[in-house]
Amino acid sequence: MSGRESGNSGKKAFNREGCEEDPQRSLRLRIGFIVCAIGFSLPSFFTTQSQAQVTFERLVNSAKEPQNWMTYSGDYSGKRHSGLDQITVTNVHTMVPKWVYQTAATGKLETSPLVVDGILYATAQDNRAFALDARTGRPIWMYQRALPGDIRPCCGRVNRGLAILGDKVFLGTLDAHVIALEAKTGAVVWDTVAADYRIGHSFTVAPLAVKNLIVIGVSGGEYGVRGFIDAYDGDTGDRRWRFYTVPGPGEPGHQTWEGDSWKVGGAPAWNTGTYDPETNRIFWPTGNPSPSNRGEGRAGDNLFSNSLLALNADTGKMNWYFQFTKHDEHDWDATQLPVMLDAGGKHLIAQADRNGFFYVIDRTTGKLISATPYGKITWSDKKDAEGRPVANNQASPTFEGRTICPGALGTTNFMAPTYDPQTGLFYVTARDQCDTFSTAPQPYEAGHAYYGSAYFPSEEAEPYLGFLKAIDPATGEVKQNFQHTSPTWSGVLSTAGGVVFSGDAEGNFIAFDAASLKPLWHFQMGGAVYAPPMAFAVDGKEYVAIAAGSAVYAFGLP
Amino acid sequence: MFRRWRMGWVALMATMLVGAAYTADDRNPLAGDVKAAKAGEYEFRINCALCHGLGARGGGRGPDLTRAQKKHAHSDADMFQIISNGIAGTAMPANGTNGQGVGMTDEEIWQIITYIRSQEVKAPAQGLANAAHGKDLFYGDSNCSLCHMVSGKGGRLGPDLTAVGGSRTREAIIDSVRNPSRRLAWGLTEATKEFPQEYESVTAVTEDGKQIKGVALNEDSFSVQIMDANERIHLLDKDKLRSFHKSRESAMPKYDADVLSDKDLEDIVAYLISVGAK
Repeated sequence: MSGRESGNSGKKAFNREGCEEDPQRSLRLRIGFIVCAIGFSLPSFFTTQSQAQVTFERLVNSAKEPQNWMTYSGDYSGKRHSGLDQITVTNVHTMVPKWVYQTAATGKLETSPLVVDGILYATAQDNRAFALDARTGRPIWMYQRALPGDIRPCCGRVNRGLAILGDKVFLGTLDAHVIALEAKTGAVVWDTVAADYRIGHSFTVAPLAVKNLIVIGVSGGEYGVRGFIDAYDGDTGDRRWRFYTVPGPGEPGHQTWEGDSWKVGGAPAWNTGTYDPETNRIFWPTGNPSPSNRGEGRAGDNLFSNSLLALNADTGKMNWYFQFTKHDEHDWDATQLPVMLDAGGKHLIAQADRNGFFYVIDRTTGKLISATPYGKITWSDKKDAEGRPVANNQASPTFEGRTICPGALGTTNFMAPTYDPQTGLFYVTARDQCDTFSTAPQPYEAGHAYYGSAYFPSEEAEPYLGFLKAIDPATGEVKQNFQHTSPTWSGVLSTAGGVVFSGDAEGNFIAFDAASLKPLWHFQMGGAVYAPPMAFAVDGKEYVAIAAGSAVYAFGLP
Repeated sequence: MFRRWRMGWVALMATMLVGAAYTADDRNPLAGDVKAAKAGEYEFRINCALCHGLGARGGGRGPDLTRAQKKHAHSDADMFQIISNGIAGTAMPANGTNGQGVGMTDEEIWQIITYIRSQEVKAPAQGLANAAHGKDLFYGDSNCSLCHMVSGKGGRLGPDLTAVGGSRTREAIIDSVRNPSRRLAWGLTEATKEFPQEYESVTAVTEDGKQIKGVALNEDSFSVQIMDANERIHLLDKDKLRSFHKSRESAMPKYDADVLSDKDLEDIVAYLISVGAK
């Protein structure tokens, strides 16, 4: 099938100036029309030079402008490390809240904001998007998509953020559209149908802008979708390539699926990948095979589920793959951030996987260098010839139920980690929790949940433990460990000031000494954290921002 | 994926679009259908068993559904309504709002009801248990009411037990009296927080050497809110304490058979069930 899925209307009408026609937003249309009309008539010296286009060159060289945070992870390497150093281990204890923006959304706020030239762009549940004055938190525009009533998000009506390129920001929607909004107004510039939401496709991921492409991965591993990673032309919204994460007949890897199981094989791609400009490769991780917790009926390794894919950015053709968990039966999506780092003359990727192992991979060849447990594990006690942990005979779910560690939520999950080049440590949110997995065979039915299993907290009355761990990628050793009161879904940020930031389930935003993980400062935000922190600067002042509860918070020095 | 937010559905309930109240036929179209009951068992394991247990006998979190007499639902149509829309003010979510997928179709709900009906047992003979004597013990010699409240009367250190008879199995209540530390009761649940606070025992020593023992009402990495045995609330900053210890040994004493006979315990359970079923 070329272009778009059949049965949907495709793009909305628009013109190339970004003055789109959207009957549901008539007021803004009118305002937008005025803006457009003025735009055509005013002389060019009225346009501000400070808000330049976000070119691909700026994204590649993001380290040169640490005041801005222009991709999901802050740079293409996925390090979530800020070069700003105004806030330090010695002054962070004086940090104060600068502003709070209430989104009015309920549920889990997972967004990672972008900041470009003093404007903060972020998202909230139900496909809200907004732009704020990054100094004050005052909104400049707000957008909310009118979603159909029968969308199929698996795990909340969440969104993890935007991409920015040129004069547009890009949003993946819960009804499986990719849309471009004008960065100055929030007006829809183009709207492309990626897939049919009615059979379980959705987008929750922050897209990644590479060259003139918007790269995005689909969600829907709980509905038996056939996963894919797409690239859309940033100017037009036309799809440039699609990589199906479950290969079809005749394609390499197809033989790893039993019978027709590939058609509903899952392997979604719902967390943001990274990009290596040197080799023009995108590194994008994939999720669980479907049904998520039952291997019967899909015998084989089930490629390319739970894998890291190296794709050519221009074509979407695969250079190599590395599968973390073969033939997964525990919902252990490998959709954790693949972080690029260089050490010992080698170009590496480090990924703390949901299955409880910390992997270091050669990003030139895709070969495994090391795999080391960083949490409580019972599913594997041996490795194959390549050094990859493999399941033992006590790992498969049974009808009566079998307790396996980690549990279905994994040792970590979608929460963004950070790599701090100053300490050389990889910081990741982790939990120790075991679940009892019990099979529940069910047939595939389009648009319906397709799990094949149920899982429960293990019966032992032990609490589930949550941690911030600092791992040395050279050895896989956990060097520092901070235990939270309960497991958190917060991501982690490191900064050149020697401070690591993260949040907790009790609503605290916490600054840690990167060297010791000793808490240096905290602030109670009044709602649990499901989002990663990021840093930016405006007018020469450093801020750190994070979403918690229903709001986005920004902090800085007094 | 990262489905399953053990308590997160509480927040999701507020966000998910709950369809208009469903008007169902009075009769289950699948009533008595053995194949439907089997399909319902799998649906039940996926959607319901987390709280109601794999065999619908109550999982320590949700009510035993094998009792023919249910608190909220009598007819199949009642059950359909409850599964579809949840029960306000309780942990029972509306279909599709527990963070685990989009929920079930009408047919799947009827399958689950068919399965539950197939598992029902006649109410156990209550003839031997004496709820009135159980009430006397609860407020008297067994000292339950020193820490537990029923219908507004009793103590505050332990969980309020007014509803426990309707939401927990007889076996679960007996187990929590005989082995109070085996599974600590849930306390405060915050809207977006994954895990509720548990009834953990805590001991704090202040800078001036004063020891405070009690139960944690809530806690984070930097502060703790404790109720002591005299029902005084202590608000403490952890960095100002000389020491702070938590224990998963319940503050409730273990009631062995030599302290509380099986017969007396049955009477107390009968009292709690008589109150909780109302």
